[in-house]
Amino acid sequence: MRHSLMIAGLLCATTAAAQDKPVLTVYTYDSFVSEWGPGPQVEAAFEAECGCDLNFVASGDGAALLARVLLEGDSTEADIVLGLDTNLTAKAAESGLFAEHPALDVNWSLPVDWADPIFVPYDWGQFAFVYDKTKTETVPTDFEALAASDLTIVIEDPRSSTPGLGLLYWVKQAYGERAPEVWAGLADNVVTVTPGWSEAYGLFLEGEADMVLSYTTSPAYHLIAESDDTKAAAPFTEGHYLQVEVAAKLAGTDQGALADRFLAFMTSDAFQSIIPETNWMYPAVTPAAGLPKGFETLIRPEKSLLYSATEAAAIRDAALAEWQTALSR
Amino acid sequence: MADRAQPLSRGLGAGAGIAATLILALTLGTLGAVIHRAGGFGSLGPADWAALRFTVTQAALSAALSLLLAIPVARALARRRFPGRGVLITLLGAPFILPVIVAVMGILAIFGRAGLLNDALAALGAERVSIYGLSGVVLAHVFLNLPLAVRLLLQGWRGIPAERFRLAAALGFSSTDISRHLERPMLRALGPGIFVTIFLICLTSFAVALTLGGGPKATTVELAIYQAFRFDFDLGRAAQLASLQLALCAAATLAAARLTLPAGFGAGLDRALARPDAATLPLKLQDAAAISVASLFLLAPLAAVILAGLPRLATLPAPVWEAALRSLLVALASTLLALLLALPLALAIARTKGRLLETIGMLPLATSALVIGTGLFLLLRGLASPAALALPVTAAVNAVMALPFCLRALIPAARDLETDYGRLAESLGLSGAARLRHLTLPRLRQPLGFAAGLTAALSMGDLGVIALFADAERATLPLQLYRLMGAYRMADAAGAAVLLLALSLALFWILDRGGRADAQA
Amino acid sequence: MLRLDTLVITQDDFRLTADFSVAAGARVAVIGPSGAGKSTLLSVIAGFYPAASGRVLWNGADITRQPPARRPLSILFQDQNLFPHLTVAENVGLGLRPDLRLSPAERAAVTRALERTGLAGLEARRPARLSGGQQSRVALARALLRARPLMLLDEPFAALGPALKAEMLDLVAEIAAETGATVLMVSHDPDDARRFAPETIVVAGGIAHPPRPTAALLDSPPPALAAYLGK
Repeated sequence: MRHSLMIAGLLCATTAAAQDKPVLTVYTYDSFVSEWGPGPQVEAAFEAECGCDLNFVASGDGAALLARVLLEGDSTEADIVLGLDTNLTAKAAESGLFAEHPALDVNWSLPVDWADPIFVPYDWGQFAFVYDKTKTETVPTDFEALAASDLTIVIEDPRSSTPGLGLLYWVKQAYGERAPEVWAGLADNVVTVTPGWSEAYGLFLEGEADMVLSYTTSPAYHLIAESDDTKAAAPFTEGHYLQVEVAAKLAGTDQGALADRFLAFMTSDAFQSIIPETNWMYPAVTPAAGLPKGFETLIRPEKSLLYSATEAAAIRDAALAEWQTALSR
Repeated sequence: MADRAQPLSRGLGAGAGIAATLILALTLGTLGAVIHRAGGFGSLGPADWAALRFTVTQAALSAALSLLLAIPVARALARRRFPGRGVLITLLGAPFILPVIVAVMGILAIFGRAGLLNDALAALGAERVSIYGLSGVVLAHVFLNLPLAVRLLLQGWRGIPAERFRLAAALGFSSTDISRHLERPMLRALGPGIFVTIFLICLTSFAVALTLGGGPKATTVELAIYQAFRFDFDLGRAAQLASLQLALCAAATLAAARLTLPAGFGAGLDRALARPDAATLPLKLQDAAAISVASLFLLAPLAAVILAGLPRLATLPAPVWEAALRSLLVALASTLLALLLALPLALAIARTKGRLLETIGMLPLATSALVIGTGLFLLLRGLASPAALALPVTAAVNAVMALPFCLRALIPAARDLETDYGRLAESLGLSGAARLRHLTLPRLRQPLGFAAGLTAALSMGDLGVIALFADAERATLPLQLYRLMGAYRMADAAGAAVLLLALSLALFWILDRGGRADAQA
Repeated sequence: MLRLDTLVITQDDFRLTADFSVAAGARVAVIGPSGAGKSTLLSVIAGFYPAASGRVLWNGADITRQPPARRPLSILFQDQNLFPHLTVAENVGLGLRPDLRLSPAERAAVTRALERTGLAGLEARRPARLSGGQQSRVALARALLRARPLMLLDEPFAALGPALKAEMLDLVAEIAAETGATVLMVSHDPDDARRFAPETIVVAGGIAHPPRPTAALLDSPPPALAAYLGK
């Protein structure tokens, strides 16, 4: 044990720094801080202007992130929590741990009106079924066509992943009472249900299914990073369910001013221009330079679906039960 | 007179006590922390009971199949000598130490809808078959656990002294006779323990059961725990489900202990093994078939993983290599700690008659990673920042999680050691450090090497609690692999998987080899 | 002098009593039907099995509760007298120092003991590469080196041929004479008893009888022994 502590000591020696600068602690999900996520660039950009030390603390995914903050409660060291989405904000707000943000003069480029006093959006995406253009010729235009087709899909479990939950709400909002019927129709198209996005997307790329539940922006990664234009997202006439990722300031922060400054920075070009090619989502505020080349090839569904945080929380259990019953047959 | 109870020496008692305490702290302690925070238990619904039924069913099927299929393979490997046998045995162990997601991808490359098997079937004009569902879950669990069963059984065969086979040969025993008089008692001694070990591993299955289960029918208790923690933030329900898992673990371990009969082969003089009984053609064919089929089943998915990742291995980004180094250090620290804990525990278990210590030793298997992570988080939060603790905590948790496997390997050998040489050592006053150095370590060298290799490899590939604690600078290789996948970089992730596989296997091979490099003149 | 003072040994429904003394320097055979408790009696004397009641005394000192290694005795088992992973020299050296940190003088003593038992030059061998007789000699060399005043032999030579066994018994007798040790030897073979042991303890019918002159005992055995001897 002492041995491993020593090793850990050696490993963190490079990061430990006794600085006098104020430290802003931002809790976020793991993929945000990875080498390939927005974290490193965001940290550099904010530290260049704030005269502070931006300290990212990562834990799992968005749900794990909220779970951690709830576990820590009032004693949390977080000043900002970044990475919740609209499925989680009701629970977060209910905890009373979060504070309202200062007035922001921002021209949101979100597909919905945004006026939340606590949570500030930083990016958004629309869920969509992604397919390979060279393999799938007849592309369904709605859930019923998908259910009627022979196409196979792999989806994420709503009990363990955000996209899975998004799909649950997508079908529910598009079909209401008829949602169980739609799920029953989809049951024979579903190859399997994975715990998270990574597994589902991996299975799709391995050819295990014709389509995968992902985002309309997914094809942009393949096009821009791999010069591969074979992936596309299928536009559905019911509209596409929206995921808005948000951040908020903790009520108990001792860096209130700095936290406010970070939230404002988050809506600036410096932050927003990092998002498209690291998080592969749409920026909440389109940067002055516009979106990276390649994004113009993506489908831009006209209609976006989104339950308010309170609605989402209210219907979740019933929708989940419908889903579970329909797919368990 | 082998059943006489012996008092434990003070050093041994203290060592076993510390090990047991650490295990209890990490299993029941973390669970207690969660229960304390939740303010009590939650309530379980019909869905939870359905999940429990599915979990137990798939775990029992997976364990039974793994054990049954392992018998012919281990027997064939035990009685045959051929070039490359050692390497094959190491390679056959690989699936057990793979990170789950990598193993699943490998399985699907062969057995999936777009896998080789289905392509072959399609080429022959046959229907494609889907493995998703209970069959897929069991297939994957057998793929992951057959290697463990084979290795543990192989230890069992090695544990039958060559003198007994020599006697059998002298008496003109056929293979059937040998099976009845030598192999069945060995299986009776080891089988229940191996079954329960695999049963418990599968009990806490999460990603495999879900990914290959095909839908919510295949809901496991671990998923229900995950859901309770993450999506409902219902700590009480999570704690109750986790308690249920631990209760199942204790019951299964005790049941196995009742079914276990000591083989009582006595000691041999470590002579080399010759098996004239197996020299007949049908048996040669049977063994060749067992080895070939198992190799194909276990190695084809591995080959798929390697082929997919090899092209990217050289160009992996620097953070992956840094994470690999970090994982290596964590693995070595875990291994050292695991051996320091496992040895006194195994010796104490071998010398005492009660089942308490043995049951405690199995608890980590049935402990939900989420409960350990959350509980530790609650317990340690006040002491230091979770990120600073990430690596030491990961090393400690990995060590404790590997303990049940170490004990599986060590306990039978420690029991034999007691039975065969306990009295002689006592009559000569061999105790303390001298006993450790001149009797325990040399006699337990093989299982110790195996346990060390297994711990190192498991620790290498384990995502475990690091995901809850680590920050960007302290990612381990498996975490980095998941990060690559999460960032769409599936090809790099495949490369990282090959690196992980190579490092895990190398660690296992070196340490296991160290245990087998024979001191014999 | 070894004294068994109203010793009672029980094991499940088995019960054996012993109440007698063995003179210092005596060589005593222990014979009796299979299962009568000969090995168990030795185990109790050696400290591997607790007596239900009564005491074991050596020269008046109560050793009933002492751990095996602290008792003034060496024991040779039926088998497993050697550690297969240790060399001959190490197996013998254990008799002097269990931690094997032998001084040059102790090493020399090991060599002498091996020479004395006809094992010169075999120091580096492991037991698997010795003959049965040689393995017995290694165990005897260790007993010689330990020079404890009491030697317990639990049929260690049962697996050897008659000539070899006789040779071993002679060696034991020589060693016992050199060290002045008292020897208790379990045996199945009345000839061994005659040859080796002036006195014999009969274990039969739940009683370990006091030692009696071997020749007289074997010539006109009591009924229990007669049945065993087939007379």
